[in-house]
Amino acid sequence: MTPSPEATSSPNRSAREFYLPPERRKVEGGGVPHVSAKNFSIYYGEFEAVKKVSADIPAKYVTAIIGPSGCGKSTFLRSINRMNDLLPNCHTTGSLMFDGQDVYGKFTDEVLLRKKIGMVFQKPNPFPKSIFDNIAYGPRLHGIRDKKTLDGIVEKSLRKAALWDEVCDRLDKNALGMSGGQQQRLCFARTLAVEPEILLLDEPTSALDPKATAKIEDLIQELRGSYTIMIVTHNMQQASRISDSTMFFYEGRLVEHASTAQLFTNPKDQMTEDYITGRFS
Amino acid sequence: MQLGTRKLLDRAFTALGFGSIAMMGLMLLVVLVPIVGNGIGAIVFRGTVEHRRMLYNEFHRGDAGRLKLELAESDAARSEVYGMLDRFEAEMAGMDAVRREEYRPKYEQVQGALRALLGPLPHDEAPALARLKYGQTRWDKAEERLHDLLFEKVWDYSNPDEMAKSYEVSRSAAFKGTSLVKLFPYVENNIDRLLQPRWTLYWGFITDSSIDAHFFGGVWPEIQGTLFLALGAMLFAFPLGVIAAVYFTEYARDGFLTSLLRSANSTLAGVPSIVFGLFGLTFFINTLKVSESKSVLAGSLTLALMILPTIIRSAEEAILAVPKTYKEASLGLGATKWHTIITVILPAALPGILTGGVISLGRAAGETAPIIFTAAVSVGSDIGLADVFSSPTQALSWNIYNLASEHEAAAEIRHVQYGMVLALISIVMLLNMTAIILRARISKKLKG
Ligand SMILES: Nc1ncnc2c1ncn2[C@@H]1O[C@H](COP(=O)(O)OP(=O)(O)OP(=O)(O)O)[C@@H](O)[C@H]1O
Ligand SMILES: [Mg+2]
Repeated sequence: MTPSPEATSSPNRSAREFYLPPERRKVEGGGVPHVSAKNFSIYYGEFEAVKKVSADIPAKYVTAIIGPSGCGKSTFLRSINRMNDLLPNCHTTGSLMFDGQDVYGKFTDEVLLRKKIGMVFQKPNPFPKSIFDNIAYGPRLHGIRDKKTLDGIVEKSLRKAALWDEVCDRLDKNALGMSGGQQQRLCFARTLAVEPEILLLDEPTSALDPKATAKIEDLIQELRGSYTIMIVTHNMQQASRISDSTMFFYEGRLVEHASTAQLFTNPKDQMTEDYITGRFS
Repeated sequence: MQLGTRKLLDRAFTALGFGSIAMMGLMLLVVLVPIVGNGIGAIVFRGTVEHRRMLYNEFHRGDAGRLKLELAESDAARSEVYGMLDRFEAEMAGMDAVRREEYRPKYEQVQGALRALLGPLPHDEAPALARLKYGQTRWDKAEERLHDLLFEKVWDYSNPDEMAKSYEVSRSAAFKGTSLVKLFPYVENNIDRLLQPRWTLYWGFITDSSIDAHFFGGVWPEIQGTLFLALGAMLFAFPLGVIAAVYFTEYARDGFLTSLLRSANSTLAGVPSIVFGLFGLTFFINTLKVSESKSVLAGSLTLALMILPTIIRSAEEAILAVPKTYKEASLGLGATKWHTIITVILPAALPGILTGGVISLGRAAGETAPIIFTAAVSVGSDIGLADVFSSPTQALSWNIYNLASEHEAAAEIRHVQYGMVLALISIVMLLNMTAIILRARISKKLKG
């Protein structure tokens, strides 16, 4: 699917550049919106969980999504690769474009979409299979059968997820036997193995201890520049440490979207300031 | 609540729970011990030379040389007995008519008792029924027959207000003064020589087919029939049930039709099995005509219908118990729903699905009512795998009932009945054990 001309020459391009602090604008492909929402609303039945959000997510950068519990962060994130389709009562209005393609378009193949937009969940969720089979699941799914090729993909993915040295001698062991942090990195590796363009991370470190969290954060730093990453987090330090731009949600609305440096040092909105200074949560 | 009261309640609860479990265990013992004890009696018992003769003649098994020696020894003693009969017959011929008619019925009783003990007498015509060709094959029964020979049961009706009483009188007293008197002590003292009892391990009880309506031989046709029926039922019910469960859990939208289907499934689970039997007769045999009359196929289909709701429900539960995160992970990697079901959900649900399946298999093996009208016969020719579409079969559950209530000589072959019960229980327990082991192994593999 080639990007449509409107998407590449979006009128509010300048606004998007503004999201990124100058020292981080060097990444190749930056500044092109990878995902752009326009008046995008998500409903659970009658309830509007995400309200008329308009935003451009820059390609190959890390975008953090923060906001109090229940404000619709997960809902928004999961709508990008249509994981909400699993819920029978969920529907959307407005438009959400990925690479110039309408995510909720009539002819969009959500299975292909999910191949390009990978997701790592809050709780590590490896399959009850061997480490190898976990990583190879995606590639096999997309038709790769050759053992040598699979070996290569598994090693590459595990190396990217900084897990190779820890598990290279027990690839045939069940993944559920690993520690929580290792399991989460395995989930990263599993997602990376299908070579997605976007990584959606929903509180990927909230179930982990500080050490494992640090490893995951390092990993995200490594991946920055190669993937478009969107990460939901409750941890302000984490958001400011690892992200280039930050979105603040409150009660389903996108209150503020700016470069991380600006949002944390000089928020425009009073609500944002109250939130990041911990006056409410 | 006071700490004391709480502790008391806790203890009372523990005691109650423990008590009820202990009671269940006790009941199980009370049921199982006699069944196992008597059932083993069908395989391990003291067999007489008649047993070995029967095995040799009917199944061509046994040590021919040894049997020959045993028979020679036995025949030596028997010829004495038969000689006494001949002498008494000659004596009777010389009596006056009145006395002769007095002795005749008593003598015929003695002859009958001897036939039951030793088999046909020398001057008898060759009997057609196998049960008449041989004497007592089991020593425990032989001892009873010996008692029948030595004593006559006499009923006392003298007091009309009470039930008649029976008492036993020695038969030899009736023949006092004749040459036959000597027969009774001779048989009693030489019974070991006549019948040569030996401890016998008769595995053939499991692997032989029966001879003359279970008088001799084993219960293999019943075991085989039970396996055919149960496995046949699984062949239909298991895939259908799993597919239905996948539909219910993954595809069906909550709506009127789905809840209707669900409640239909629950209702079906509660329908008495005899109703399934009648349904099987009218639907599979009379309407669909899957076979001319009763057949393994019709029985399997009926049993399949009966266990289908259980399989659906247990599979449904197993699928629902699979963490939703597995599904999310798979779909998130770009798997289709179908692929997710096949590669992630069903493997993870397999232990639960299999457990439900094997428990249903056990139930199908044990049910009687559904096969009465659709598959079971009490006696029939042995069938092979090729006959399942057209032939009815014996089956343990049905034949246990048949032997207990309808067989012409139920008391004679009680041991066969117990043996069948033991076989059935063993099959069901074996299946359940398989389920437990399988479940444990797969769960272990899944957990890593
Ligand atoms: N399946 C659902 N059906 C109905 N309402 C839902 C469903 N999932 C979430 N909601 C509602 O939508 C709103 C947004 O939920 P969401 O999970 O997106 O919040 P969140 O920002 O991720 O919160 P948290 O930080 O606690 O994860 C909440 O009010 C929630 O109650
Ligand atoms: Mg959330």
